[in-house]
Amino acid sequence: MTELIRVEDLRVVACGERGEVEIVKGVSFALEQGQVLALIGESGSGKTTIALALLGYARRGCRLSGGVVRVGEHDMLAVSESQLQKLRGNRVSYIAQSAAAAFNPAKKLIDQVVEGALIHGLGSRVELEAKAVDLFRDLSLPNPESIGQRYPHQVSGGQLQRVMAAMALISDPLLVVLDEPTTALDVTTQIDVLRAFKRVVRERGATAVYVSHDLAVVAQMADRIVVLNDGQILEQSDTAPLLAAPAHDYTRSLLAAARPDATIRPPSGIAENTPLLTINGLTAGYGNKNAQGMPLIRVLEGIDLTVRRGQAIGVIGESGSGKSTLARVVAGLLTPALGGLTFDGQPLGGRLSERTPEQFRRIQMVFQNADTALNPMHSVGAIIGRPLKMYFGLKGAALRERTHELLDLVRLPHALAERRPSELSGGQKQRVNLARALAAKPDLILCDEVTSALDTVVGAAILELLRDLRQQLGVSYLFISHDISTVRALCDDIVVMYSGHKVQAGSRESFATPPFHPYTDLLIHSVPELRQGWLETCGATSGTLPPVGARAAVPELCTFLNLCPVRIDGVCNRIAPPRHSLDNGGEMLCHHDGAQLIKTQRGLVVETSGAYA
Amino acid sequence: MNTLIAKSKPASSALALAKASNGPSWLGLAGAVICVAWLLLALVGPWLAPHPVGEVVSDNVFDGFSLAHPFGTDYLGRDMLSRVMVGARFTVGLALVAAVLASTLGTLCALVSVVSPKWLDEIISRIMDAFISIPSKMLALIMVSAFGSSVTLLICTAVISYIPGSFRVARSMAVNIEALEYVQVARTRGERRLYVACREILPNILNPVLTDLGLRFGYIVLLLAGMSFLGLGVQPPDADLGSLVRENIGGLSQGALAIVIPALAIGTLTIGVNLLIDYLSSRRSRRTGGH
Repeated sequence: MTELIRVEDLRVVACGERGEVEIVKGVSFALEQGQVLALIGESGSGKTTIALALLGYARRGCRLSGGVVRVGEHDMLAVSESQLQKLRGNRVSYIAQSAAAAFNPAKKLIDQVVEGALIHGLGSRVELEAKAVDLFRDLSLPNPESIGQRYPHQVSGGQLQRVMAAMALISDPLLVVLDEPTTALDVTTQIDVLRAFKRVVRERGATAVYVSHDLAVVAQMADRIVVLNDGQILEQSDTAPLLAAPAHDYTRSLLAAARPDATIRPPSGIAENTPLLTINGLTAGYGNKNAQGMPLIRVLEGIDLTVRRGQAIGVIGESGSGKSTLARVVAGLLTPALGGLTFDGQPLGGRLSERTPEQFRRIQMVFQNADTALNPMHSVGAIIGRPLKMYFGLKGAALRERTHELLDLVRLPHALAERRPSELSGGQKQRVNLARALAAKPDLILCDEVTSALDTVVGAAILELLRDLRQQLGVSYLFISHDISTVRALCDDIVVMYSGHKVQAGSRESFATPPFHPYTDLLIHSVPELRQGWLETCGATSGTLPPVGARAAVPELCTFLNLCPVRIDGVCNRIAPPRHSLDNGGEMLCHHDGAQLIKTQRGLVVETSGAYA
Repeated sequence: MNTLIAKSKPASSALALAKASNGPSWLGLAGAVICVAWLLLALVGPWLAPHPVGEVVSDNVFDGFSLAHPFGTDYLGRDMLSRVMVGARFTVGLALVAAVLASTLGTLCALVSVVSPKWLDEIISRIMDAFISIPSKMLALIMVSAFGSSVTLLICTAVISYIPGSFRVARSMAVNIEALEYVQVARTRGERRLYVACREILPNILNPVLTDLGLRFGYIVLLLAGMSFLGLGVQPPDADLGSLVRENIGGLSQGALAIVIPALAIGTLTIGVNLLIDYLSSRRSRRTGGH
């Protein structure tokens, strides 16, 4: 095997207000031709900076200050800018995280795919377009001959990501750098994209550097893994030994945090039997209302849900399933079109103006993105103090004391009260966010993807905190997430939403074994597992689906019809699915009953061996 | 309210900030010095003026530099230094009051419309759109011809002309802030609209609003100068910088100091204010980590 990439003692500095700060501190690794190397670490670990250095590029405000980066025969740090321009998009190429931001919305896909190769003079337009179509086919894009004639907004996110891969691969580059290419995708989409990437990289013998924070994804893609933290390499080895026997503590914590439900469990015996929040036949959406008072775009359809006192209910689903809208309705930010809410026996108004101060206090919301959930102009003390003043009229020493109590509760130092949000880390901000909600002494906290924007290790710590708070304070959660293992770590009951419908509900335990709703089955088996070869053997496929006829004009038809692997012609496309209860106490919206589904489905594997032990 | 405070003490805070920053901003410092000088002049100028404003002190008209008359004399032989010192009070004072009023009222309307129900927002926005469609000079000419020229009327005219612009700027920023999650959190906490507007939104739009205030101050100086140049602004024997230019227009062909000095004065005033505002808003955004 020939060595393609050699990085020796690479150093990158960032120019800050206090002079230059070294953000990559002497990194060395090598990669043979045809192999895939993964750079893994948290945000700020320098993984993207190193990947960009392989293209001879440093982001604005950064400088490649030392070391050697050899790609093939080129010394990327020594060649001139004009030579680099000839190499980029030709011998080395880059696939960015957000395909939506990387495409020009005003140009057809095919033009953008061949553009770079045309500039480098790698062939005529006709040849290149034919090559692009081949690539589209290899990447399993639908209608490979004609998809290039579409514009970026006319294809889905997962498809666009694959088109971007075609753009990077069309010049047959020596090296492809993939920078978190599937992080922005839903898990059910991610699996197809990963498969397509893997096949193309293997078939074409491309050498790739895969940047990711997700160890489970990396385990599927990479031959070698480099674990980074704070600009330094903590550990590097081949994938199999690294997963089986990580040498560094940090790697072990990454492995543990990848599947929080393997280490964190919800406390038992907290939930009481009295209902706290009841949602009845809720329908809501956005846009102008028609004559019947129905919004233009319906996001939620006939949702029934009960949260009992002290209970934690997890709501999972992919983007667009309506899970965040559900939280917004409960919070009063969106008025329902149909159906009603009851909170602790009292009707809960759909509008904010119909709610009592006591109801405001007892329902608190924690948003996903702590960056925008904290006012940058207020100090942490003011942010936490506001609900204390407002609901309890605290002043002076009492206010300060309670603020400190709350900071203790979320395990932050008291000194942070004087700081502004911009001076805190992501995890600290999310803790302040939680402390503000707790300050109201609420009965129900709505958590909207609270760990999604955080690094896995930090996110796992927040989950643990949420679990402990529940045990200590007996507060109820409506916990919204796209990730089943996050929900399983915290919640007693789980609700699966798809396209505005509650397709399955049941206890945490019932989500470990079949029967699952066909969508739930797809969802939980699309979450990458931490073992090599999972991608090839996992059940979730987008293979051929049973054929069905045209949809009948029944508005309540199953929304999962188009993707369902167990759909029945003449039933699923004709009749609205019934909601029936399962033997394990759950319920499901499907024509199949539990016994039929069990035959085709596998259980959910929660690994408790090896790295977790 | 905040705009008033920020405006009334630019001197001390600007100097303190200039010292605190690791790289001193000479442009910002220059802006601060110019602004302080003009403010002082507007405050005490009339008492320090060597001659009464209307007194003819020299037989030579359009006189150049001399020790007795450093800025020369005007078309009647009056002392230009004294006339500029008195005129500064009108220009700086009128423009400052008008700019602060316009920005404050515009921002206030913007905050009200953003936290109000949709119908009220629509009404306020459409009224502002109607105002924005009237050219400011034209409006000023009509107002003056209808009601006669007075200091109060000039301020009113400038305020009415410049509220819609400042409303638009403030509203577009407030709408973006209103959609952010911390405002949603405040609303679901049961906060009143006033709190949301003043405590959650206003501090986050104050930076651009202050920059806008500086811009508007410059525009208003120019509007008032233009009005005075047309003879519709401040009436004789009082004179602002604009009417000084007009009075001495006859000296243009001779390049007389009497016309150069007031023109330069208008220039330094508007440039100085903009330098200072730029500097202050960049300081603010650096201190809060940017937004």
